[in-house]
Amino acid sequence: MKIRPFQLGLAAVSALALAAVTACSSGTAASPTPGGAASANTNPVSVLIGSSGEAETTAVTAAVAAWSKQSGIPGEVKVASNLTQQATQGFAGGKPDDVLYVSTDALAGWAANKSLEAYGDQLSNKSDFYPKLVEAFTVDGTFYCAPKDFSTLALVINTKLWKDAGLTDNDVPKTWADLETVAKKLTKGKVKGLVLSHEVQRLGVFMAQNGGGLVTDGAATANSTQNVEALAFVKKMLNEGGAAFNTDIGAGWGGEALGKNQAAMVVEGNWITGAKKDYPNLDYTVAALPAGTQQGTLQFTNCWGIAADADNKEAAKSLVEFLTTTDQQLAFAKAFGVMPSVQSATEGYKEANPTMVPFIDGAAYAQNLPAQRDVSEVLTELNSKLAKLKDGDPQAILEATQGDLQAVVG
Amino acid sequence: MPVDTTTQVRAPSSAPGRQRAGKGIHNQTGTGWLFVSPTVLILGIFLFVPVLMAAWVSVSDWSGRGSPLSSNVNFVGASNYAEMLGGRGLAARDFGTAIRNNLYYVIFVVPLQTAAALGLAFMVNKRALRGKGFFRTAFYFPSVTSSVAITVLWLFLFSASGAVNAFLSAFSITGPNWFQDPRGVFHLLMGGGTAPAALAEPGLLGISTWEWISGPSVAMCAFILMAIFTTSGTFMLLFLAALQSIGEETDEAAMVDGASAWQRFWHVTLPMLRPTMFTVITLGLIGTWQVFDQIYTGSKGGPSKTTLTPAFLSYQTAFEAQRWGRGAAIAFVLFAIIVIFTLLQRLILGNSDPTQPSRRDLRAQRTRNTAATTVPVGAVTNSTGGGSGG
Repeated sequence: MKIRPFQLGLAAVSALALAAVTACSSGTAASPTPGGAASANTNPVSVLIGSSGEAETTAVTAAVAAWSKQSGIPGEVKVASNLTQQATQGFAGGKPDDVLYVSTDALAGWAANKSLEAYGDQLSNKSDFYPKLVEAFTVDGTFYCAPKDFSTLALVINTKLWKDAGLTDNDVPKTWADLETVAKKLTKGKVKGLVLSHEVQRLGVFMAQNGGGLVTDGAATANSTQNVEALAFVKKMLNEGGAAFNTDIGAGWGGEALGKNQAAMVVEGNWITGAKKDYPNLDYTVAALPAGTQQGTLQFTNCWGIAADADNKEAAKSLVEFLTTTDQQLAFAKAFGVMPSVQSATEGYKEANPTMVPFIDGAAYAQNLPAQRDVSEVLTELNSKLAKLKDGDPQAILEATQGDLQAVVG
Repeated sequence: MPVDTTTQVRAPSSAPGRQRAGKGIHNQTGTGWLFVSPTVLILGIFLFVPVLMAAWVSVSDWSGRGSPLSSNVNFVGASNYAEMLGGRGLAARDFGTAIRNNLYYVIFVVPLQTAAALGLAFMVNKRALRGKGFFRTAFYFPSVTSSVAITVLWLFLFSASGAVNAFLSAFSITGPNWFQDPRGVFHLLMGGGTAPAALAEPGLLGISTWEWISGPSVAMCAFILMAIFTTSGTFMLLFLAALQSIGEETDEAAMVDGASAWQRFWHVTLPMLRPTMFTVITLGLIGTWQVFDQIYTGSKGGPSKTTLTPAFLSYQTAFEAQRWGRGAAIAFVLFAIIVIFTLLQRLILGNSDPTQPSRRDLRAQRTRNTAATTVPVGAVTNSTGGGSGG
């Protein structure tokens, strides 16, 4: 604890306010656009990214450079240390970066204050995106921005622990009952059969597999029987010892639990490749999640947002189209392991990444988590209760969530 | 200060002299303003105007895009405040939870760090201590280290398989997974379990009495320990300065009077440290209520929101949820809380002690210019005037 400058909130707001003042003045100075000139706008395009590391930064920079060469419009890539905060400051100051990563969580807020341009319908390759991804970036019927890439969740199996327990490829769980059985078989000593994060972003897969979901057709359905049953199933597995939360075994996430041989199975997305860097000896197999009453998983994605205050929207759109071409999507997949958001790249991706096929196959039945305005706070609240699921009452937890959800989605 | 000069200059001068002097003073005032103008200007632009703007944001529907002063931002009255202070919704519960967490943090950190700082100051003030300089530096060191670095260090020390738990296991104690453990320590002391029906109803600020009495979570305890560890050194320095200004004569005089070491500490030294104590507790209160960076780098409010604090909630509400009005409103409520706590503390510390003379007594004493016994008291109260005068 240090003595902070007076009132953090005030400082933050004031910084924005000052930025706004400066931006406004410069804005008025620049606003009279050169009239008459029919030549295209050649203002440079700046791209704000939240990078997962060196590989992603290099790949995006190279792609933007390739586009600049083609279009003759200068492009610049900036890596944000805190993307939401930096983008927010840009929007408040009226001088945002033209193109930026936008998460599904942030979309509704920035759509509501009209910071983002809704350009989705103008994309020439609109129909190539997976429909569920288009849905994820659609707010009140308007398709805002082009999906950048995505991942679904799948069952990631620690091959060594799997073999040690005498299991074969035929034992990969297909149903909840199978999952329970193998989890128990794999649980031995310090090894837990199934390790989960106590958040709806992972446990939600069980709701999806049971035909549930937090929001159905725009109405809150958190306390549905399907959801309650799903959480009750997770609770049962936790209490019977076959499953554990990663925090209970001291792992930061599933990949760490897998890498340290603490977990035989985890539910994670294709970012599991990152665990290979930390644990080079790790050997894993990816399988589709077991089905409940149906196949189900969740998907996570970001989009290429374009700021409503961008200097050069036309160029920004052309850049986004360039970045979402089949070839470019496959190049990104190769460079930093993401999954292409366009269907035309599916086969290419499968060929290049045979072990990752279950992730992309999940796209057929994956659900989006609700992302309406203020919903992310409700999910955080739900997660804070899921941490205590082992001793908690699934019905009560979901009833509380239902109340909170109704307050924001109706 | 300028007031003093005027009285001194004006009083003896004759009528024409006074005029001249008055003019000179006028010039002096002008020059004075000129000299302070950079500070006034900077403070005005970077502190006063932003505070006013934030106040406006807290009663407006500013959405986070463009200037808050533009014409399409509307006045919404106290609704941002009402939402979190009066409601039963998520906003109110989050705020209530944040206040509860921070209250426990303050209750534990402020007394403990003050006591620790005082203890350390006494130790390194001992004449007999060898390597005084080393110890002073060592104790002060955590204060000069960046709080982010210390937070990261703490995350390692208190991880499930970290040094702290390894140490505990040497005594056959299984340590908790500190930063992931949302259980409240008072709940744990009560034997855990669930809320009795009577305490489970939503109460003050939307959270139940059972939640109010949970105590700090295990995770928050790690933060509490960290705050004490980092800040005690800073306050040790303040106490050390105060101790050194007391002088040995006082202690010797008390010794001659036959006071034991404990009596000398409790009845002589401690009352003389009162002004410093006031400063330390005030700074401690302000700092603990504003705790932000540890939460931001360490836990982001988790586990289960038990390390959520109003300062962090304000940030989250504004920057992540894009609810700027409510974010600013939280900051203002936090400001009010700090002011109230400081005033309360001033009231308690300033008036409860009979050995402490009031300002009027002091003035009377000074004019009477009384003898030996009041000298130490006079010394104390003089510095009281300096310490708490602001």
